[in-house]
Formats: sequence, structure tokens, C-alpha cells
Amino acid sequence: MTEDILRVNGLSTRFFTEQGQVNAVSDLDLRIERGEVVGIVGESGSGKSVTARSVIDLIESPGEITEGEIWFNEPDLADAVADDYPEAVDGSFVNLLEVPKQVRRSLRGSSFSMIFQDPESSFNPSLTVGEQIAEAVEVQQRASANPRSTRAKTQEYSLGRLMLSTVLPSKKYVSEASRERAIELLELVGIPDPVERADEYPHEYSGGMLQRAMIAQALAGEPDILVADEPTTALDVTIQAQVLDLLDDLQDETGMTILLITHNLGVVARMCNRVGVMYAGEIVERGTLEDVFDDHVHPYTEGLLGSIPDLESAGGRLEPIPGNVPSLLDHEMPDRCYFADRCPKAMEDCLSHPPEYEGRGTDEHEVRCVLATQEYSEARALSADYFGKDDRTAVDKHADPDGFEDDVQPERAESTVEGSGGERR
Amino acid sequence: MSADDPLVRVDGLEKYFWENDSVLDRLLGDDPVPVRAVDGVSFDIRPGETLGLVGESGCGKSTTGETVLRLQEPTDGDVAFDGSSVYDLEGKSLTEFRRNAQVVFQDPFSSLDPRMTIGGIVTQPLEIHDWPWTDADVESRAELRTDGISADIVSVTVDDDVDKLVSPVDGVATVHVTVRSSDVAGDVDPDERGIAEAEGAVAEVAEDLSIDVERGDGIEVHVSVGRSTKQLRLDRARDLLERVGLSVDQLDRYPHEFSGGQRQRIGIARALALEPEFMVLDEPTSALDVSVQAQVLNLLNDLQTEFDLTYLLISHDLSVIRHVCDRVAVMYLGEIVEIGPVDELFEDPKHPYTRALLDSVPRASTDERDRERETLSGDVPSPRDPPSGCRFRTRCPKVIPPADLEIDQETFRELMTLRERVESRDISLETVGDEDEFDLEGGTVVAADADAFARALKGRLLETELPPRHDEIVEDALASVAVGDWEEATERLREEYESVCERQNPALEADDHPVACHLYDEEAGRREAPAPER
Repeated sequence: MTEDILRVNGLSTRFFTEQGQVNAVSDLDLRIERGEVVGIVGESGSGKSVTARSVIDLIESPGEITEGEIWFNEPDLADAVADDYPEAVDGSFVNLLEVPKQVRRSLRGSSFSMIFQDPESSFNPSLTVGEQIAEAVEVQQRASANPRSTRAKTQEYSLGRLMLSTVLPSKKYVSEASRERAIELLELVGIPDPVERADEYPHEYSGGMLQRAMIAQALAGEPDILVADEPTTALDVTIQAQVLDLLDDLQDETGMTILLITHNLGVVARMCNRVGVMYAGEIVERGTLEDVFDDHVHPYTEGLLGSIPDLESAGGRLEPIPGNVPSLLDHEMPDRCYFADRCPKAMEDCLSHPPEYEGRGTDEHEVRCVLATQEYSEARALSADYFGKDDRTAVDKHADPDGFEDDVQPERAESTVEGSGGERR
Repeated sequence: MSADDPLVRVDGLEKYFWENDSVLDRLLGDDPVPVRAVDGVSFDIRPGETLGLVGESGCGKSTTGETVLRLQEPTDGDVAFDGSSVYDLEGKSLTEFRRNAQVVFQDPFSSLDPRMTIGGIVTQPLEIHDWPWTDADVESRAELRTDGISADIVSVTVDDDVDKLVSPVDGVATVHVTVRSSDVAGDVDPDERGIAEAEGAVAEVAEDLSIDVERGDGIEVHVSVGRSTKQLRLDRARDLLERVGLSVDQLDRYPHEFSGGQRQRIGIARALALEPEFMVLDEPTSALDVSVQAQVLNLLNDLQTEFDLTYLLISHDLSVIRHVCDRVAVMYLGEIVEIGPVDELFEDPKHPYTRALLDSVPRASTDERDRERETLSGDVPSPRDPPSGCRFRTRCPKVIPPADLEIDQETFRELMTLRERVESRDISLETVGDEDEFDLEGGTVVAADADAFARALKGRLLETELPPRHDEIVEDALASVAVGDWEEATERLREEYESVCERQNPALEADDHPVACHLYDEEAGRREAPAPER
């Protein structure tokens, strides 16, 4: 079970906005083995959702994947595209970024599938839940009946039919078989009375049930990789526990691979085999769960873990990370460790952008921090006001994590221009 | 008020929202349906403590917070603040209550007016309450110290309105003035407000006031507020912003220029502006990232110590509650099920709901995967039609079986869930059995098939095997269901399996760690419940 299913190398996703280029994801490496649960954890605006969407190819303009390779292990696909795109194939791996869009599109649902954070807004309120799931089943069935054609999926959904669907009940497009399958799926995710529930509308479901329904929909194409983007953030703890149990069970049953995006370290600890911690568009530390939770090197990981109030014992003061999530605008990202301005252990060495170093845990453990190679030394520490007082206090001129605002922050950018060229691409 | 008296006493508070209550509905003769958001909660908040109110969404915790502050009028019950009922207040005393009790809202993005500057937002409460306050009855007095100058030649006059900035003690606002000769005092910055120089004499006031010195026959010192009301308010806003960790040059900025954590700090500064005694914190950190949440929690902690604040902290996040609170009240479906000191409640939770809630929180540690957890099934029932008796009984893993029922707890839980579904007629008959095994005519099975049908249905509804006697009862009841006689089935099952949990709503005992659960109800415990296994 140690075969890789997905390898992401040097992935960069940029958004070209009026305010400038936003480096949502930079030079990201990720490896996922078949049948495991990999977590990506980070604060809002750290680029974790964009990473997930890049993998499943859901980046829309003004966003663009500018660099990198996404190798997907699927022998059938490799055979199918080997003739037309030899450079995109390496053994049983296919580089998804080098095959045409239609091929990538045909993988959605059958190979990759996604569940979103907010179940209430992810369903169409005017169609019954059963119908929506059946539609997903239908699309997948048409696709698998004709695997190489991507047209098969869409031909039934022509413009004329789309317009007709506004007057005719859309059930017409869903065959009885897909409906049966939809009910099976609803049963699989633990919805009681699936037959009747299938005919109800999303507003008749509770949040937890809708999240289950969304999981059912994602399972329609029996995907190899399920990308779960904050699947439990909108739910209460008792319901969260139910949904996590469900994902656990489904994974045991189907051997599905899960890429779990979350900001909740508890959820990561509960679900994942391996974890990547994201900050400012990069994975700053990755490794097995033990590497990251017990043997972490990066001060950001330390700070993140230190920020969580402990449930087991009444704590003293929390140890928060000072400051706020940084801007991801390209011209405001100086060439240094992006965390240095909030880092309690910033040293002169941090003024050049760190590459990934081996961590001290298992072979999997990689850290983007100079502390992996040297001890922290007071002598080389940066003075507390090196980045300007503003950065150290809670003052933040970059309220919008997506970077859609045009405030400039001259001091910080200028003060670090002399930091010599690091490993930044 | 003695130190032991509660600052806030909530007594049987109820807040219902009514549905189908419009004029049209009345004309059509629809009965209004109450949504029992808060259904009889009672608790005390002692001065200086933090009481946590925790529960799942929809359990009524925010409504409780709002009703306590009289932002909502209650349906019934009373809240006493500092000994007097909040709902009886009028005019001046109501204004005073509004000043003393403040709120910080959950969403820092919608609780600040996007068209107002930060300065405007923080000074607005000051304007509304006409701060700074001055009282004509308060006397102003100066305490004079001299250094290098004889006290006899110094005369001090103090404006009557310095109590705007100097809080009076026993009806007297005292300002502290020091007059020194220039030799002793050294250089004086002429721009500084609290210090002034005239011909060799330097006068200084310790409070945040303005001072003037004139030298005629003697030394005449005059202490005044020296600033316009507007300036005073801006200065106060500046102090507050600094106190909550924002830089003071941001008064002219707009909320959209700040991040979530900073906006929450602005919200806190606004709540602090009128020097309240009591603050309701309604999910103050749930919109924030963990690292920022930790900053805000630390800030709230510091402010509490500094200003002697009393908090009611509403949160769904148990780890936040554990970190910040002195005592905790756990709410479920409009009722408080358990209140206790934070350590006791977290280390030794009594109510099955509290236990399940604690079990459900994933811990950020590598042992999490192997942790034993008991999670709840099902959703929170609707507050429109809450379950009879104990409201948690529909999900409770420890629901109490009638005496001498020889089945184990888990099976009984399953039976209760089955009963629940029979009672709410929430079982679909169409899908029972293999395809076309049973004929459904008008939604019911023909009598001849009823027994076979009941067996099939039982197989679908129950996971565990029942002892023969109970097997018979259940099949009997399901056979009634099969022929469409739901009432008969309901009756049959109730007769056999009615639990004390559905007959009586357990009361919150009056002790240090009250819990509303029949497991701790001594009388009931002796009569029909097995001793709680702990």
C-alpha cells in the first residue's frame, strides 16, 4: 500500500488581480500514497484551499497554475494518452498539467472528487437532494460507458435542453437506475430512510445530513482521491465527530485516498497519516503526524500548536503567534523566510528564502526553516524591531487574506531588499 | 451588595419566538407555533468571574446572552443586575444599565459600521452616553506639594468639572498638584498638557488635566480639563485602542482596512469605552484563526484583571471555555443541563450530554486516533417540538430503562430510537424486504403478510438481537405498523419501555455542581435506574 497515487512537484498557482500578482501557492511539493489520508493545515489565506483546487483543476481566471507538475498514477490513463502525449507519461504516471483540458475534466468525479466546506450553499436549493446526487451518478455512468470520450458526459446537456429544463421537471434527465444508485449512496453515508430523504429538498436537511449528502454525491463516481476542503468547519462538534467517523469508515471500506484541508489541528490528528503545514502559500513543514506534532522544527508549527487552548488541563497563558497572516501580493513578498517577521526565533539567516531541509523525524520530514540545520543563536538573532514596529504588534495592513486590497507597506518591503538571493524561484 | 451576591441573577428566563404569528395567519386561523429558544434557564454570575455558556448551534445560548442584556424582551422569567430587575428599568436607570453591561459580537465583519472610521466607532458610545460625565455635587479639591518654593505663596484653583476625568472619592474629586522652582524641575516641554512654567515656578498635575501658572504677587495655579469634549473623546478612544493592542494612528481608518482579529479588538475597545462592569462575549473568537484567537483570548484575560470585569462568555468551542472560564453552564435545546466549576465539569462531567460533547472534540495530539470516544448519533431535535421529559433523551446513550428490564443499555438505546421513529411515524414501508416481496396497498401491508413484514422491518431497524420476550413485543408492534395502526404500535411500545426520562424533565439541583439528569436523581435512582456506572 505504499504506492504513490499523486505526486505534486513545484506547484505554483498565481492570481493575476488588479492589485498585482497574488502568489497563492508557491513551489509546493506533495506526495500522496494510495489509501492514506493526507492533511493540509494552515490559517485562512495560507493557500490550502487553492492547493486543493489546483490538484483537482478547479482554478478559474484570474487564477492560473503557472508552474509545476501533478503526476497522477493511473495505468489506464497512462496507456490511453501515451500515444498522443508521450512527454506527459512516465511509467504509470501522467502529468495532468500536460494533457489537454478535456482529459483532465474527464478525471473529475471518477478519479478526483471534492467535498466543500459549506453544505448549505453547495446544493441547488431548487432540486431535490436525490436528484442532484442522481445527476452526478448519471454523468459518471455516461462517462464510464465511454471512457475516452469527454463529450459523452456533456452531450445530453446541450443549450436547448438547458433551456427546456427551466420549464420541464429535470427529473427527466435522471434515469431510474441512477436514482436507485443515489439512494444506495445516501444509505452508504448513513442517512436514515434514504428513499424518502432522496425526495426532499436541501432545506429540509440539517447541516450534518447535508454534509453527508455531499459526501454521497462526491462518491458517485467512485473516486480514487477525495479532496475534502474543510468538511466539518460549518458543523457542531458532535456532528463533526459523526462526519469524521463516516469518512473514516468509508475510507476503510473503499480504500479511497483522502486529501483533507482543514484549519483544525484536532481534525488533522484524528484523521491523517501525514500532514503538511502551510504558511503564505508554501508548505513550511511536512511529515508524518508524529513528525509534525511531536518533533516539529518550524516555529510556525510550534506557534500553531501553542495557540490551541488545551482541553485536558486548565492552561495558563496561551502562546499566540504575534501579528497576522501576511499579504500574498507578489510585490509585498520580500525575498526571505515569509514567517520571519512574526517568528520569535528570526535570525540573520532567515533573510534569504529557505529551501526545504530534512527534518529530524522520519525520512518524510521536511522543513522550510534554517533551524533544521542549525541551532537558534542569540548572537545572530534579528532585533525585535527589525521589521518595523508595525509588524510586531497586531497592526496589520493586510486584512484581506486573498490580497484584494491595495494598501502598500513600504517599510517591510524595503528593509529586506538587501537580503541576498535565496532559493526563490 | 456583599461580595457573595451575584452581579447577574438569571431566574427562569424564557424566550420564545412565534411562528405563524402574522395578521394573515390569524385571519386564516393558524395557531402560532412557539420556537422555544430559551426555555427556563437560571444561573448566577458572581462579580469578577467568567461564566461560560456552551452548547451546539441552535441551543439558545446567544438568545440567552441577548435576553440577559435586554436586547430581546423575555417571554417569562427575570434577570436581576446588581440586585434590580433589568426588565423593570426605565429612563435613567436603563441608560445606566446599558452603560454597565456591554456586548462583543461574534462576527467582527458585520458588527462594525463600514462607513464609520475606527475613531467614530469607538467614540460613538461616548457620544450617546454623553461622556465625559460631570456631577455638580462633586466637589473639586487640590492637594498641593511644593519643592523649593514656600507653599504659602501658592494658590490653587480647580475647575468644577475636573470630575470628568478624575473619579471622585466620597463626593470629592482630588487633583494632585506639585509646584517646584525651575532649578529643581529642569527643562519643561511647553507642549505638554499637565505641566506649565512661569517665571521660575513649574507646576505639574498628576492627573490627565491641563494646568496654568501665573506669577503675580504669589503663584496662581489653575487646573482645568483644558480640552474640548470632542478632543477628550478622541483621546479616550486612542487610549482604548492602544490598550487593546492597536496602534493609535489608526483612528481615521475604516473597518475594511483591518483583519478579523483587529476588528474584534476594535469591537472590544468599543465595549470597554464606557467602563462597563459586565460584558457578554458572544462567540468572540469563533470567526478568527487559532493564532489570532489566542491573542484575543489573552487580551480578554488581561482586561478582566485590569478593569475588574465580569464576563458571560458564549462559545461552542469547549477548549476556549476551558481556558477562559471560572464556571461553565452547558446548554441543550434551550435548557441548562449542567453548571459547575470549570475543572470539575471538564474532569468529571456528570451529564451524559456534557460527556459526549467533551468526547467529540478532536484533540490536537498524536494519541487522538487511538482515543476512546463515544459520539452521539442523530441531530438536535427541533425546538418547535422538543421531546417530553428530558430533552436529551432522544440521543442520550444512558437513557434509563424501566426497572427490571433484562436488556443492556445499548439495546435499550436502540429500542428507544425505534420507538421515537414509530411515534413520529418516520419509517418508510416501501423499501422493506426484497423487491416485490410485499404488496403495499394504500401504504399498508395486507394482514396476512404483516408478521413477515414486521420481521423484515425489525431486521432493518435494529442491529442487535433481542431476548425472545422483547423480540415478540417489538414484532407485535411493528406488525401494527405494517397494517397502518401506528397508534397501537406506539401504545404497545410505550407500555413496555416507557422511561423515567420521558415522563419527567429532570430539575437542576441546587448545589455547587448542579446537573439536570435522572441518573443523579436519588429517588428515581433507587426506584428504577441502575446506579450510574462511573
